[in-house]
Amino acid sequence: MVDILLSGTTQGLIWAILALGVYVSYRVLDIADLTCEGCITLGASVTALLLWKEVNPWLAVLIAFLAGCIAGGITGVLHTKMKIPPILAGILTMISLYSINIHIMSIATEKQGTANLSLLRIDNLYTDFSSSKLGELLNMGKTNAALLIGVIFCVGIIAILYWFFGTELGSSIRATGNNEKMCRAQGIDTDLTKIIGLALSNGLIAVSGALLSQYQGYSDVNMGVGSIVIGLASIIIGEAIFARTKRFAIMLIGIVVGSVIYRLVVSLVIFSGMPSTDLKVMTAVVVIVALCLTSFASKVRAKSAKGGKGNV
Amino acid sequence: MSEPLTPMLSLKGIQKSFHRGTVNQKDVLKGIDLDLAPGDFVTIIGGNGAGKSTMLNAIAGVWKVDGGTISVDGVDVTATSEHKRAKYLGRVFQDPNMGTASNMQIDENLALAARRGKLRTLKWGLTSGERASYREQLKMLDLGLEDRMSTKVGLLSGGQRQALTLLMATLQRPKLLLLDEHTAALDPKTAAKVLSLTDQLIEENHLTALMVTHNMRDAIAHGNRLIMMHDGHIILDIAGEEKKKLTVEILLEKFSQTSGSEFVNDRALLG
Repeated sequence: MVDILLSGTTQGLIWAILALGVYVSYRVLDIADLTCEGCITLGASVTALLLWKEVNPWLAVLIAFLAGCIAGGITGVLHTKMKIPPILAGILTMISLYSINIHIMSIATEKQGTANLSLLRIDNLYTDFSSSKLGELLNMGKTNAALLIGVIFCVGIIAILYWFFGTELGSSIRATGNNEKMCRAQGIDTDLTKIIGLALSNGLIAVSGALLSQYQGYSDVNMGVGSIVIGLASIIIGEAIFARTKRFAIMLIGIVVGSVIYRLVVSLVIFSGMPSTDLKVMTAVVVIVALCLTSFASKVRAKSAKGGKGNV
Repeated sequence: MSEPLTPMLSLKGIQKSFHRGTVNQKDVLKGIDLDLAPGDFVTIIGGNGAGKSTMLNAIAGVWKVDGGTISVDGVDVTATSEHKRAKYLGRVFQDPNMGTASNMQIDENLALAARRGKLRTLKWGLTSGERASYREQLKMLDLGLEDRMSTKVGLLSGGQRQALTLLMATLQRPKLLLLDEHTAALDPKTAAKVLSLTDQLIEENHLTALMVTHNMRDAIAHGNRLIMMHDGHIILDIAGEEKKKLTVEILLEKFSQTSGSEFVNDRALLG
């Protein structure tokens, strides 16, 4: 049981990075970006390939981040410069990534059409850390190392996001998601801010994939299916818990907490005997119910605050 | 008599059609020529579909014009994109929701506006020094906003938002202020307050401004020059002493003389 809670928390922290990435596109930019589904696999595949080639695992995560940024940037260019609707732009990148991810994994095995890559018995971030001097000093096994590394990544990414969205550039990205017309009137290149925002979002999602592949010991071309819904579920749970906060940093922490809660619930539900294949429909139902409740709640609020927010 | 100054705004032969080359083609601007001297405050009046807002959007660069050139203070901006042109322009829209980012705080909105025309870097987006100066400027609006700087703009009333948008448009002194019926969505009392604030900001900052309005009285009472548009042309251009003597009746008469039709618009008469 303790094992289940521990692994649930660790996975929750890894998926939280994806949820933070989805937050950047879905909440900050107000774009439902489906690149996510291909991008988490991209992060996993790139990392798997690099670990096969015995690249330093930390460096592999960084390269996965950059690969994700490029994928997100492509979606951004498709949307802004080629005027493709954002949903379709994301789908186009996602579907291209399916082939690209297989190519990436095929490089490692030198066999065409490799759809998954095992990382068992290959050194990774977690084994590296637990066998390092610091790891030995803390007497950390692989599982504890994975938990600690998850915490370090989440804290670091929240700090970076908090800083970035407070800068001049970050503020203009937030404003773009809010009111594009106003942004252009204030001299903000909204094409550029959207591209940067989508690149950042997908970079984070790829980092999540990079850690996930190392944690579960493989990369699989289908591992991203439904990932955006998981990200949304985490965001919604987080927002429900910290419904009253206006502070950006608290909101981000809420998303991480939401992701961990989601993973723990999933672990317990599977532990109690539900077939894991039912997981996706369960997640979808959670998101649907949560979205209905939020719109219902805002209707109630609008009714009770009579004339409070008129136009004049 | 006066030495030739570079016009602050110069429009030459501006043409714009929508749905070009289809059966729905609509020619909205049919060759607009207009020069604004520095410090001109021009009110623009005309019926629905006369091309007033389209002219302002052409100047702002919302889309490219089909013909003609646009220069701001001697710089040809005809091919310049909207966000780059923003360097020279302050804009306030008819819809009070349009000019601000409603999910962001008052001070954050001001900080965005203060960086108009500047490169947005990784420097902190809102410093404490800035906040102090925004507090002083908000006090001038006399709406109590200086004590609510961390409030999200979405919680403000339409009038408060338009006042804030005006302040944002003039925070970085623009070469040209574009006001597109910015009081049309407000109740009369709020509209009057926003208009007097407009006068004050234009005078204090010595701005050149174009103000579209549906209201003839406002068009007469404000600014030093009035132009009337009809069917994609400027049909009247009145300035100086002649403008000061204008009345609604004279305007209506002039309109029917030059356009050959009645000014059928209750909103303009009564508004």
